Amino acid sequence: MSIDMSQFHQVFFEECFEGLEAMESGLLTLDMGDIDSEIINTIFRGAHSIKGGSGTFGFTVVAEYTHIMETLLDEMRDGRRKVTQPAVDVLLGSVDCLREMLTAIQNEQNVNNASVEKHKTALEVVLNGGSVAEEPALPVEQEFTSEEVSFNDAPDVDEEESVGLDEQGWKIAFCPYLDLLKTGNDPVRLFRELNELGELTTTVNIQDIPGFYELDPEECNISWDLKVVGDISGDEIREIFNWVEGDCEMEIQPLAKAVKLLPVVKKIDPEPIPVIIPNNPAPKSVEVKPKPVTETKKPDSQDSDNEAAKTTAKASSIRVDTDKIDTLINMVGEVVITQSMLGLVGENFSMDKVGQLKRGLAQLERHTRDLQQSVMNIRMLPISFVFSRFPRLVHDISSKLDKKIVLKLVGENTEVDKAVVELINDPLVHLIRNSLDHGIEMPADRVAAGKPETGTIELKAYHRGGHIVIEIIDDGRGLDKDKLLAKAIEKGLIEENNLLTEKQIFELIFMPGFSTAEQLTDISGRGVGMDVVRRNIQSLGGNIEIISELGKGTTIAIHLPLTLAILDGQSVAVGDETYIVPLVSIIESINITERMLNKVAGKGETFRLRNEYLPVIRMRSIFNVHSGNPTKSKEGVLVVVEGQGELCCLLVDELLGQQQVVIKSLEANYRRVEGVSGATILGDGSVALILDVPGLVRFSIR
Amino acid sequence: MAQEAENKDIDQYHYSRNLDNAVQYLSFALGKEEYGVDILRVQEIRSWEPVSRIPNVPCYEKGVVNLRGSIVPILDLRERFNLSKAEYTPLTVVVVLQTGDSNKTRIMGVVVDSVSDVISVDKTEIQSAPDFGTKVSNEFINGLVSVNERMVMLLDVDKLLKLEELDQDES
Repeated sequence: MSIDMSQFHQVFFEECFEGLEAMESGLLTLDMGDIDSEIINTIFRGAHSIKGGSGTFGFTVVAEYTHIMETLLDEMRDGRRKVTQPAVDVLLGSVDCLREMLTAIQNEQNVNNASVEKHKTALEVVLNGGSVAEEPALPVEQEFTSEEVSFNDAPDVDEEESVGLDEQGWKIAFCPYLDLLKTGNDPVRLFRELNELGELTTTVNIQDIPGFYELDPEECNISWDLKVVGDISGDEIREIFNWVEGDCEMEIQPLAKAVKLLPVVKKIDPEPIPVIIPNNPAPKSVEVKPKPVTETKKPDSQDSDNEAAKTTAKASSIRVDTDKIDTLINMVGEVVITQSMLGLVGENFSMDKVGQLKRGLAQLERHTRDLQQSVMNIRMLPISFVFSRFPRLVHDISSKLDKKIVLKLVGENTEVDKAVVELINDPLVHLIRNSLDHGIEMPADRVAAGKPETGTIELKAYHRGGHIVIEIIDDGRGLDKDKLLAKAIEKGLIEENNLLTEKQIFELIFMPGFSTAEQLTDISGRGVGMDVVRRNIQSLGGNIEIISELGKGTTIAIHLPLTLAILDGQSVAVGDETYIVPLVSIIESINITERMLNKVAGKGETFRLRNEYLPVIRMRSIFNVHSGNPTKSKEGVLVVVEGQGELCCLLVDELLGQQQVVIKSLEANYRRVEGVSGATILGDGSVALILDVPGLVRFSIR
Repeated sequence: MAQEAENKDIDQYHYSRNLDNAVQYLSFALGKEEYGVDILRVQEIRSWEPVSRIPNVPCYEKGVVNLRGSIVPILDLRERFNLSKAEYTPLTVVVVLQTGDSNKTRIMGVVVDSVSDVISVDKTEIQSAPDFGTKVSNEFINGLVSVNERMVMLLDVDKLLKLEELDQDES
């Protein structure tokens, strides 16, 4: 009775990646001079549990690889070996290599043997104290290829090597009695076991199935012709069928004719072994040849299944603090109590119970809000999930660039929504790379500029209002306004003689054309793809700003909403319809009359707000609202909003109220609508659209 | 009595004959015309309720409603097929249909005058649709079938619910 191990794979991979992260951060904090045995222990534990796990699941490649790491770490732990920088670097490399392997296995792809081999050799060099251990590496490699890391967990694949061209196997006629299924036997399970012995081909005979009216679904009306290919003894097969012996007619014959079948299979597969052969030393390759019969089929199906595999890998889970769950359970308890209390009040209701009812409802409201909060909390993860990758990045890049840089992390425990955590990573990597590459100067230049030789990059996260702010602060050379300006003029992005504020100049680096400039490295700008970074951040509902001083450093601040699921909104009425304006984008609201709007020839209307003329968007006309009282916009409310750094006014009929709304996707069943970022369900069950303020501004300009 | 027996016979006839390649369709009426959709695509049938209008979309996309927490668009089939408009009454029916492939399914509601019947159709009896000219866009129609002397037009749900502007919008 075998358990389906694949159900545990996801957990295993998650644990592995966590272990790898722990190992990585451990390795990075190892101080050469003074070895903290606790850190080595942590690293060792990480490696050990990966080894154990991968052994259990049959990922031998990983297990063997980790074993070598473990040996090295073990010696370090016992003090038999000194911890040296090269050794640590090799270990860091191995962590990467393991991660690659695991990712490949997770996506059911082939492990890149060449790179594994490289890292393994490096490890062994360190282990053997310098002598290149080429020889021992090879036999192990042999095992890699023969296992090819499949989910098949079929350790017997090797057996087939000895089979050669004389294919052996069995032909089984399996004809169960009608009541086979009633005895609890499942033919599928038998076949699965057979498949583990060798390649199984099944032919189903369904001619005995009666018509639909006579059909009893609990009866087994099917019989099978089975072919198993492989060096299997008859006893092994009989053992499998042991349980069903009394419940079926069965005939087992050694396979003779199937040999002819095999070359055909080979021909179908035009690309048999290229993946395997190059890694195999010559003498063995002869034996390997028959293998493709089973093996080569895998890469084929894998390729086509790749897409699917990737998507399933994405179906992520989340680890939640038990404390959070406990709070949640407490909250639910409270809600249940309140509910039963209200039920009691309602049972024999009389007017003198009104006070009690009100109290109960107030309580219910409070509990519901708390409950909502704690549920939302479950999705919150500390930002350290993102930050923890950066020490490694800084370590690698700074040594590549010959710069001395330390990374300071502040506020790693700040919590953000899981979706934000997942999406913020790429933009951050980009920004940090830029800081490393273009921001921080070479040590010599720094000393010349009177700064400490070692540059500092600070990665800081904190909450402000309903937002999380992530700052990347470097003490590098800063942005050179004049050069940025010159570049922009040269690129034709702005007119010469244009007066720009400091902020506007820094904004230039977010312009799409700007990034394609050849090597911005030579001026002190930041180069590639900043427009993409900004777009990504804006798509999360955030914004990004730059503060920089020439020679002193640059600060890039990213503001992001804490969660993508709930939003504070102001509901406004336009005609009979209700729309939600995100509260964060509202600056103020003003009651106006028609006369206060100034017509601008052909270009719509403006409103003068404290000496500033702001464009006015009439929600009625832009959304074609005809309902309600026809445009008597003598009275209305101007909602001053900010979208993409621009102020603008929305003319609505009435302000209704503020409330938290749960964002629902319009796109799930429908499509994107211009000027609308999503929808929500109001208290009365009707749907209200949430306005996308920047989109609305863009839309109105057209 | 005789009538009943005859009906029964017909039913029996339909039943046995259609076993092999029968497909069931839900038929509904738009004015005097009768249409059918694959019953496996029908999620539920609801009565009409007011929708929240969506700005700047074709008029046959009436708006969205809240269907147990998800936002579901409602299309008016009369307007989609350029038939004369009808007032929405409490008897107006919304058929909620599923569309899409295995990766992503969408749910949409279509407004029809009334739901008539569940019909079993033998696949072999489906005739291809002749060219209708402009009145009912031919592209939505999978074929025709005649049930009890009435012609039922079988609609292709996927094509019907494909919102044309969808892809352009996203580019």
